[in-house]
Amino acid sequence: MAEEHGARAMFVAGGTDLFPKLKRRQFEVETLIGLDFLPRVIRNGSTECAIDAGVTLATAAHDSHLQAGFTGYAQAAGLVSSPPLRNAGTIGGNLCVDTRCNYYDMTYEWRKAAGFCIKKDGDICLVAPSSPRCWAVSSSDTAPMAIALDGVVGLAGPEGDRELPVSALYRDDGIEYMAKRPAEVLTGLRLRKSANTRSAYVKLRRRGSIDFPIAGAAVAMELDGESVIGCRIVLSAVASYPLEAAAAEKFLKGKRLDQETIREAAELAAKPAKPLDNADLSHFWRKRMVRVVVEQAIQRVSDQRAGFGG
Amino acid sequence: MKVVGKPLAKVDAAAKVTGRAIYADDMLPARTLHCRILRSPHPHARIVSIDTSAARRIPGVVAVITGSDLPVKFGILPVTQDERALEHEKVRYVGDPIAAVAATEEEIAAAACDAIAVEYEVLEPVMSIEAALAIPKDERIQDYGGPNNIHKFVSLEFGDVDGGFARADNVREDVFFFQGNTHLPMEQHSAVATYIDGRVTLWSSTQVVHYVHRALAKVLELPMNRIRVIGAAHGGGFGGKTDPFAHEIIVAKLAMLTGRPVKCTLTREEVFYAHRGRHPVLMWIKTGVTADGRISAMHFRSALDGGAYGSYGVASTFYTGALQTVTYDIPAYRFEGCRVFTNKPPCGPKRGHGTPQPRFALELHLEKLAHDLGLDPVELKRRNFVKPNTRTVNWLRVTSCGLEECTDRVIKASAFHQRKRFFGRGMGFAISSYLSGAGTAIYWNDMPHSEVQIKVDRGGVTAFCGAMDIGQGSDSVLATIVAEELGLQPADIRLVTADTDTTPIDLGSYSSRVTFMAGNAALEAARKMRALLVEAVAAKTGAEASAIDVSEARVGDCSFEEASVLAEARFGTLTTAGSYTPPKIAGPYKGSGVGPSPAYSYSACVVDLDADARTGLIHVNKIWIAHDVGRAINPLLVEGQVEGSVYMGLGEALMEEQVFRKGLHKWPSMLEYKSPTFLDMPEVETFIVETNDPEGPYGAKEAGQGPLLPVPPALCSAVYDALGVWIDEIPVSPEKVTEALRRKEKGEPPRYGPPRFPSIPYPEAIKVQPPPKDFDAAAATI
Amino acid sequence: MKNEITRDVERVVLALDVNGEARQLLVAVHKTLLEVLREDLQLTGTKHGCELGECGTCTVLIDGRPELSCLSLPIQLQGRAITTVEGMASGSELHPLQTAFAELGAAQCGYCTPGILLSARALLEENARPSRDEIREALAGNLCRCTGYTKILQAIELAAERMR
Ligand SMILES: Cc1cc2nc3c(=O)[nH]c(=O)nc-3n(C[C@H](O)[C@H](O)[C@H](O)COP(=O)(O)OP(=O)(O)OC[C@H]3O[C@@H](n4cnc5c(N)ncnc54)[C@H](O)[C@@H]3O)c2cc1C
Ligand code: SF4
Ligand code: FES
Ligand code: FES
Repeated sequence: MAEEHGARAMFVAGGTDLFPKLKRRQFEVETLIGLDFLPRVIRNGSTECAIDAGVTLATAAHDSHLQAGFTGYAQAAGLVSSPPLRNAGTIGGNLCVDTRCNYYDMTYEWRKAAGFCIKKDGDICLVAPSSPRCWAVSSSDTAPMAIALDGVVGLAGPEGDRELPVSALYRDDGIEYMAKRPAEVLTGLRLRKSANTRSAYVKLRRRGSIDFPIAGAAVAMELDGESVIGCRIVLSAVASYPLEAAAAEKFLKGKRLDQETIREAAELAAKPAKPLDNADLSHFWRKRMVRVVVEQAIQRVSDQRAGFGG
Repeated sequence: MKVVGKPLAKVDAAAKVTGRAIYADDMLPARTLHCRILRSPHPHARIVSIDTSAARRIPGVVAVITGSDLPVKFGILPVTQDERALEHEKVRYVGDPIAAVAATEEEIAAAACDAIAVEYEVLEPVMSIEAALAIPKDERIQDYGGPNNIHKFVSLEFGDVDGGFARADNVREDVFFFQGNTHLPMEQHSAVATYIDGRVTLWSSTQVVHYVHRALAKVLELPMNRIRVIGAAHGGGFGGKTDPFAHEIIVAKLAMLTGRPVKCTLTREEVFYAHRGRHPVLMWIKTGVTADGRISAMHFRSALDGGAYGSYGVASTFYTGALQTVTYDIPAYRFEGCRVFTNKPPCGPKRGHGTPQPRFALELHLEKLAHDLGLDPVELKRRNFVKPNTRTVNWLRVTSCGLEECTDRVIKASAFHQRKRFFGRGMGFAISSYLSGAGTAIYWNDMPHSEVQIKVDRGGVTAFCGAMDIGQGSDSVLATIVAEELGLQPADIRLVTADTDTTPIDLGSYSSRVTFMAGNAALEAARKMRALLVEAVAAKTGAEASAIDVSEARVGDCSFEEASVLAEARFGTLTTAGSYTPPKIAGPYKGSGVGPSPAYSYSACVVDLDADARTGLIHVNKIWIAHDVGRAINPLLVEGQVEGSVYMGLGEALMEEQVFRKGLHKWPSMLEYKSPTFLDMPEVETFIVETNDPEGPYGAKEAGQGPLLPVPPALCSAVYDALGVWIDEIPVSPEKVTEALRRKEKGEPPRYGPPRFPSIPYPEAIKVQPPPKDFDAAAATI
Repeated sequence: MKNEITRDVERVVLALDVNGEARQLLVAVHKTLLEVLREDLQLTGTKHGCELGECGTCTVLIDGRPELSCLSLPIQLQGRAITTVEGMASGSELHPLQTAFAELGAAQCGYCTPGILLSARALLEENARPSRDEIREALAGNLCRCTGYTKILQAIELAAERMR
């Protein structure tokens, strides 16, 4: 059906990202395809958990199995926007949420006054006018965590069903930010971990609620006692896609988690982050905060290991 | 007192908790047309042509109007009639209204706006105070004021300022900046108009039905008796709905043209353009103190970024210099103020109108002075507190004053002087004062500022008053006062308010004037009614009038209903009226009309917070606030006003800012303009201090604005207490804190704030003799 | 940018369960629940402050859970129970939350009140003894500009106590 309608059709799950954008005329569609028919079940296992795309963020955040075994993911889902929005917004929609930019997430009238940009209706980028591409920011809270927890999404499309690691779902581009085909429906997410994996998500935003992340760190770590066997660190809101901090991951492997190591890892993780001036607060400050959120997230993982809860 | 002083539910509480209260946007009379307004996409441009023909052809479009349909200028102040409902010559900010469409559906109206072709000649925008002081590249924004884009100068000097500085043992200068912010009422502005039998009726979410009435009459060129303005249930104003607005005039005009009801509800984005919010103000302050910590002289300069139009700006400018003297005894005082035009939505009166900015500067400046002198800041401030029943050097009459008690309360409750000192944790203290209603009207006249009529009819009591309840509870205050005097309960009083056809005048809900002024008017009307009832009962029962008790729904031996029947039989229709005119207490100088108030409220506040040196993020743990309200007619409402003011003050101190980028409002949305959520609000402990003002109704003064003022400076001094850095600029965002800490580390001054105050060609100060000592006592004996 | 005007808007017949009443109506497909409630059903108790999901003023309950009516399409809500502030009271008897809000002055201008009442009701139905922090969490999507939240917290606690 999506294919028949082409570019003028879009899927809608909870609608919490889509409807504001339709109202601001950031998208113009002729047909909305409701995804209410998709199942909404969480299937838990000890090292794997399958979540249907239609599960709401609130359900995911409150699921006790997710909280215990995939802590960071439940945290991330529970930190999206505000309670009423989480009751409608889905985890599938959250993985597909549009990239953001404060020159773009504005009404039609405002954008008309500012001059349209390449992401919609225009031909230059207002943040980086000399750049040929769009730098809108990946702002999903759960996507980095899904990558850190080795997530795989199920896609169903006119050409059949397939699976794709979440890490391959995104592209480094503010406009074509997803690697899936437009007509493909995301049917579910499988998170995977080992018995000793701990995870945490730390989100930075101005207020305690409602706001999108202006920086965030998703950390999942497999631990053997004190030392790190494997680890994934993925940053939110500092690039057009969830940014994996490979250097920090490599550095941590085999190390014991002490203060000094955590600090150094955070330093390394923050290096590739290049926030631009298109989200709340100054990008200089945001850049400096990346280190802090990574450190906090690793610290939380480390605390969980010591049984401090998480 | 039977009902005054009791924590009773508001009279409109049931309507509000059931969703029954009808706000302007809730109205949808049959055949209503929807109106949308085309606004300027340019901050500064001349309009070359407007072509509405394509818009008119769209099916569903019923009328399209432009500036030539509404050419008459208006404005809230008589001296700055500089606005048009629709501009057809020149636009002065992004959002300036140009054309309006009435259509059968809102979407059609929006599409029609988009189809209007406007040709502009774009002009260089002026976006900052500095730019406004300089010679304009293209042309000035307004054609009055000057030089350059300066709108207004004020220059006053009271007492011997140079002598005062010469006498000082210690002199300090500081520069501060208070960023602009907006009211952000939850309700978007909305207005509905009808035109029936040659009469316009307008329902609007306004704080000032009377001023809207006047503006409509002027612009529509109709006599006032052909226009009726009704205040709909109000979804929050905070000063943001205190001007007559373009959309109110536009719907009235469109109703006249189409003969159908027309409604306009602003989008949230448009609410940011309607604005009239807090002026960004740059301030310079210099104070001399003697060795014993007494202020000997003060010199205060302000530069206000006014936006594109006058609005209340002239008054705002005076206010930045008026109330410094109402908290501190300053023997010699020079004030130089200046407001400039910029290509931004006009600023105006937000909660505390023009006084939170100088209060922020003054309190922090004194804090720094205390540190210079090695004195406890609380002690330094205390030594300079004004005393009750005095006149300030700028002729403001202070009557009741609870500063000492407010200070005691918060200092004790917070254990301020016993606080544990460690890096990252801090407490800060500040005080403030605000008016209980401006002593002079917005346009010059000798009539009362508030009037109340009471009708009693077979036991039923109705009170009529033009006052507009904007959520602060003014209806409840009226009902409480009338009920108290007539021995009834507030719920027994029927109210008709804010309707220019049926209620006598009240100037509106601004400058915290309603409780004081409408309250006094209600008191007078109710006392007259009570006298009639008592006299009738006395005549019937033979009891002595003075012995007749009016309470518990009884008048002496009669029930209230019996008494009203007796009185009506004796006197005919039972109506009484009361009115309130403020005393003439302004000083003998030009500009003395801004600042005088029949009474001042006082507040003191302590903020306790954690500040993270690494991130600059601040977590407020608790706020203590004490407020001298004179007398709490309803303590619930007073606490609500105080808590709400603290909330708004905290929002301004930490996150709210109206900022611009490339000529545009940077973020006209509720997501990006940050308003604190439930999770951002600390616990607030409120103390009501009662000083029983001699002229307030039952001793009452204001509560709705004053308690906002001490919050930003108290927060900044707590940040200094915690981290040892001064943030001399509001809001205190984390990036400013980390920057100040970086400077401190590098050995630079540990401060974030404006580096200097610009050179402004203030005119020579008008020298005003301070009032003689014991001026009011002397006047009283005459 | 060409502007399109949808003259022949697609309309659908909807069957909605609003406050326990079965309602059938013909509306344009793209209308939000907020618009349908206010304009087609005259249930104007539900307010709006942004219509973009940013303020919580338009909160209603869908199957007992708070959701934002400005971001919901009625066509997706058929067969689900919609509760608005008009459905809070039973007959002429106010819900304990409504009474507590009135008594404690938790509604000033009252504009945020319907949404907050509904969020609070959903909370109390799940958790009869919420701590103050739990109340803050549950209401964190509802902004109020008047009260500073203190009286609202007190009123919810009072109602919770009375409902136990
Ligand atoms: C005020 C506000 C604050 C917000 N704050 C946050 C925040 O802090 N963090 C955050 O991450 N998000 C935030 N959001 C964005 C959004 O609400 C959430 O990301 C939410 O999870 C989106 O889910 P949804 O089901 O509502 O998606 P929808 O709006 O229905 O869809 C979003 C996008 O995904 C596509 N889509 C949805 N489901 C599928 C599917 N199964 N298969 C293929 N494509 C699909 C849609 O076509 C659309 O492009 C906020 C939104 C608002 C309005
Ligand atoms: S990054 Fe540039 S192109 Fe992309 S949305 Fe922002 S302004 Fe537009
Ligand atoms: S109206 Fe603001 S969230 Fe719906
Ligand atoms: S009571 Fe006015 S916004 Fe909450």
